[in-house]
Amino acid sequence: MNFLVGAFKQPCNISIKFVDGDTRKQAPLKKENGQTVMVPLFQSQENIAGEVCLEPVVGKKVEHNGVKIELLGQIELYFDRGNFYDFTSLVRELDVPGDIYERKTYPFEFSTVEMPYESYNGVNVRLRYILKVTISRSYVSNIVEYQDFVVRNYTPLPTINNSIKMEVGIEDCLHIEFEYGKSKYHLKDVIIGKIYFLLVRIKIKNMELEIRRRESTGSGPNTYVETETLAKFELMDGAPVRGESIPIRLFLSPYDLTPTYRNINNKFSVKYYLNLVLVDEEDRRYFKQQEITVYRLQEDS
Amino acid sequence: MISSDGIEDEEKWLAEGIAGLQQNAFHMHRSLVPIPKPNPNFVRLNFNSRFLDFQFVVVLLKDSNNLRDALKYSAQMLSELRTSRLSPHKYYDLYMRAFDELRKLEMFFKEETKRGCSIIDLYELVQHAGNILPRLYLLCTVGSVYIKSKEAPAKDVLKDLVEMCRGVQHPVRGLFLRSYLSQVSRDKLPDIGSEYEGCYSACEFILFGDPELRPAIGLSGLQGPAREKEKREKERSELRDLVGKNLHVLSQIEGIDLDMYKDTVLPRILEQVVNCKDELAQYYLMDCIIQVFPDEYHLQTLETLLGACPQLQPTVDIKTVLSQLMERLSNYAASSAEVLPEFLQVEAFAKLSNAIGKVIEAQVDMPVVGSISLYVSLLTFTLRVHPDRLDYVDQVLGACVKKLSGKAKIEDSKATKQIVALLSAPLEKYNDIGIALKLSNYPRVMDHLDNGTNKVMAVVIIQSIMKNNSCISTAEKVEALFELIKGLIKDLDGTPVDELDEEDFKEEQNSVGRLIYMFYNDDPEEMLKIISVVRKHILTGGPTRLAFTVPPLIFSALKLVRRLQGQDGDVIGEDMPATPKKIFQLLHQTIEALLSVPAPELALKLYLQCAEAANDCDLELVAYEFFTQAFILYEEEVADSKAQVTAIHLIIGTLQRMNIFGVENRDTLTHKATGYSAKLLKKPDQCRAVYACSHLFWVDDQDGVKDGERVLLCLKRALRIANAAQQMANVTRGSSGSVALFVEILNKYLYFFEKGNPQITSSVIQGLIELITTEMQSENSTPDPSADAFFSSTLRYIQFQKQKGGVMGEKYEAIKA
Repeated sequence: MNFLVGAFKQPCNISIKFVDGDTRKQAPLKKENGQTVMVPLFQSQENIAGEVCLEPVVGKKVEHNGVKIELLGQIELYFDRGNFYDFTSLVRELDVPGDIYERKTYPFEFSTVEMPYESYNGVNVRLRYILKVTISRSYVSNIVEYQDFVVRNYTPLPTINNSIKMEVGIEDCLHIEFEYGKSKYHLKDVIIGKIYFLLVRIKIKNMELEIRRRESTGSGPNTYVETETLAKFELMDGAPVRGESIPIRLFLSPYDLTPTYRNINNKFSVKYYLNLVLVDEEDRRYFKQQEITVYRLQEDS
Repeated sequence: MISSDGIEDEEKWLAEGIAGLQQNAFHMHRSLVPIPKPNPNFVRLNFNSRFLDFQFVVVLLKDSNNLRDALKYSAQMLSELRTSRLSPHKYYDLYMRAFDELRKLEMFFKEETKRGCSIIDLYELVQHAGNILPRLYLLCTVGSVYIKSKEAPAKDVLKDLVEMCRGVQHPVRGLFLRSYLSQVSRDKLPDIGSEYEGCYSACEFILFGDPELRPAIGLSGLQGPAREKEKREKERSELRDLVGKNLHVLSQIEGIDLDMYKDTVLPRILEQVVNCKDELAQYYLMDCIIQVFPDEYHLQTLETLLGACPQLQPTVDIKTVLSQLMERLSNYAASSAEVLPEFLQVEAFAKLSNAIGKVIEAQVDMPVVGSISLYVSLLTFTLRVHPDRLDYVDQVLGACVKKLSGKAKIEDSKATKQIVALLSAPLEKYNDIGIALKLSNYPRVMDHLDNGTNKVMAVVIIQSIMKNNSCISTAEKVEALFELIKGLIKDLDGTPVDELDEEDFKEEQNSVGRLIYMFYNDDPEEMLKIISVVRKHILTGGPTRLAFTVPPLIFSALKLVRRLQGQDGDVIGEDMPATPKKIFQLLHQTIEALLSVPAPELALKLYLQCAEAANDCDLELVAYEFFTQAFILYEEEVADSKAQVTAIHLIIGTLQRMNIFGVENRDTLTHKATGYSAKLLKKPDQCRAVYACSHLFWVDDQDGVKDGERVLLCLKRALRIANAAQQMANVTRGSSGSVALFVEILNKYLYFFEKGNPQITSSVIQGLIELITTEMQSENSTPDPSADAFFSSTLRYIQFQKQKGGVMGEKYEAIKA
């Protein structure tokens, strides 16, 4: 595959337009070069339709062995750079071999496309969806154009959503009980909870709640785990006394979270944890990590 | 050195903090420029601060970069308050600066909401701040706008704010944060909508106001070197002020009514106070509670409030707290008569008295002065609230006695001061010593005073009596009063006599003397009893006092005598106990006591007074007896010649007015008097006494003695003596003395001449005038202008009488002068 295809002067311009391109929601997507662009947003089972426009450079004829459009869902593992695992691949032939002299458009449509996984851009892994238009030529390289788009899938409200409640501590030293209102949170959710101090014999300086993302890629011996701390939210300043209860209210919206992904195509997982950290005056850290499930709630539901 | 470095460092840190704060405030101001128009398009904005672990992903108005900036910079600004390096004092400085900036931010938020920015969004937005302290300051600021917007019930917002503030457990920072919250929400606290509403927020307010206390005030200052301790003490007091402010705000919430205060607010505060286990904090908080809540609340919750007192730490200065409370209550009672029934209804006295007892019991180490000052407060309270309940007053004094009993006299000057205050209070209140006398425990309290103070107190009592002119009218009362002032009446054991200051002593004794005149009863019998009582007491006073105390007693008794005499004399029968005779007997014995002083001149005068009184009562024998005593005194005790002169003139004067003596008695007495006169040491004195004696034989009233012969005899004798005096002067000094004596005698002649003494004739007078003229012209006479003037005015008088004419004029015609 030639990534630098755009750098060369192409004899023919290819553009891909979506039918509802003007009205469709867009989402930011970070490109390889670090720029963020807005691309159309889809969800699974949607029809993806539009048209491809071929526009040869004026006065030039483009000979080809056929024009096709592909819809690809790819997983790219960075430690295995260059290898894509296509979990979805659909093809539509647009034209039979022939010559193109002037601007020509081809409508296309992929109906009710199964896109079970969401677009994801992680530390070690990327999952992306693209439309790929190829003008096949003999003797010379093919002319290729890509159009990224983002897929997000929505989950209904979970029927079971238990609170997380736990009593932890160090014997004769620190005894706390904490409670998070739910175990499953949507992306715009608020974590409500409290920490109850049953026994305090250490001099606590402060307490914070961290949101950590754990991305594991690969499998078996080749598993790579990357943990990022997305949020550090100070819950308490100073030393509490016995019997004190400290409230938690953490809005998730400011943080760049994704839903929890479990074992996506056997290639990777993304999980979220709440890490409660108590820091004492000697800067020792006492912590307890709890997994939470993050999901994407249909925004108008 | 370490500490001075510490101070310098602190200054530096403060300066750094202020600089950081100002820098961010500057940026904040720039972003507070109003946004021109609302725009419904929302975009997502990200920002990160390098200094703070602080993230906002903000859904904002599209062009409201300034809101984003405002939040960012204000949060950065507030993060300066996260420092732990400043003392509360310095921290306060920083806080106040931040406070001012936050007011501007609040205005900005208000503007924002008017422009269509949802307050609820704002409320959420500020909670995205990663650090708790800036987050909560911002939240409180927005919260206050939120409450004002009325988009949510104030109590809900408030409850939320209060709840969230629990996250700051650091004592100083927490305290300031809460102070901020109470400041900004002060005017917005829920009015009484439903009972539940106000109550809830109030209590939550207290709850949140609490945790700061224990660590802040309680745990500090327990150890460390002295300097460190001093510093901590200072920190404490600064913190206390803040706590006090919070309580004050609480008291201003209109939503709290009495029931709520009683059922919820107070018990919860007290619970916190008791739990905080720090003496200073407890003291301060109790004081705050008493000061900030209204009086009627205290009155209705007295039991609860007092119930907490014994539970406080044993070293808490509870007496001051209780004193304050009682003072407030008594002021309240004094403010209006309408509230008094409330006091009765809640049995305020019993409760207070009970509580004080318990406190004193619980705090064994409390110095005596402490417990006494408590009683003083209670007494003041009682006097104001229950002026009619003397038994209460007595009860308080009784309790005080009980406390003092078994202890030696109090040496502590503060304690004695308090006792004096305790004892003075009823006097001042009632302006009537009678009340104090009814209090059985009053003297028992006085017993515990040292001698000096006891006297002071006695003087105070006397002054009170004087000031109010209150009359003490029964023997019993007098008895009780003397029991009170016995410090003045007699030497108490162990008084070092030589330490007494002469003037003070006189002052004291004079006041006792004045006091005696205050005893009065219309009933002579009772009055006599009073006098007996007084006498009994003053006779115990010892020689130094008698001179001061006997005369008033005598005169007081004589007054009674005159009163009896003024009544119809016949009615007085033998069976009446209060006869003048009896009184005179009493007086006689009393005056006798003076002899031991010795004060013979005083005794003599008093005898003469009595004699005169007896004369008026027609008691010849008694009068005679008094005179006899006077003469005996004169003979035996009055040795000083000057005193003798004075005494003899007194005797003569008194004797002259006596009209009850029979001829024999009179003769004896006049004879004696004349004899004594002639035996005076100095000739002029002799001369004057003798011519004075002439009056003894010529009493110028209807049936008075008129013995012209003896008058002349006296005058002649006086002349002889004057002559002798002249000669003596001639011999000793070589010049004859003044003619003054002659002129004086001439005047006596003229007096008797005018009165019609047949023995005094014009020729005798003529002779005397000539004699004087000769004397004056003689060579060796000493010029004496005053005598000359006297003589010439005498002559002028004679001329004047002649010119006036009439019977007297004719009489004078015969005299040539």
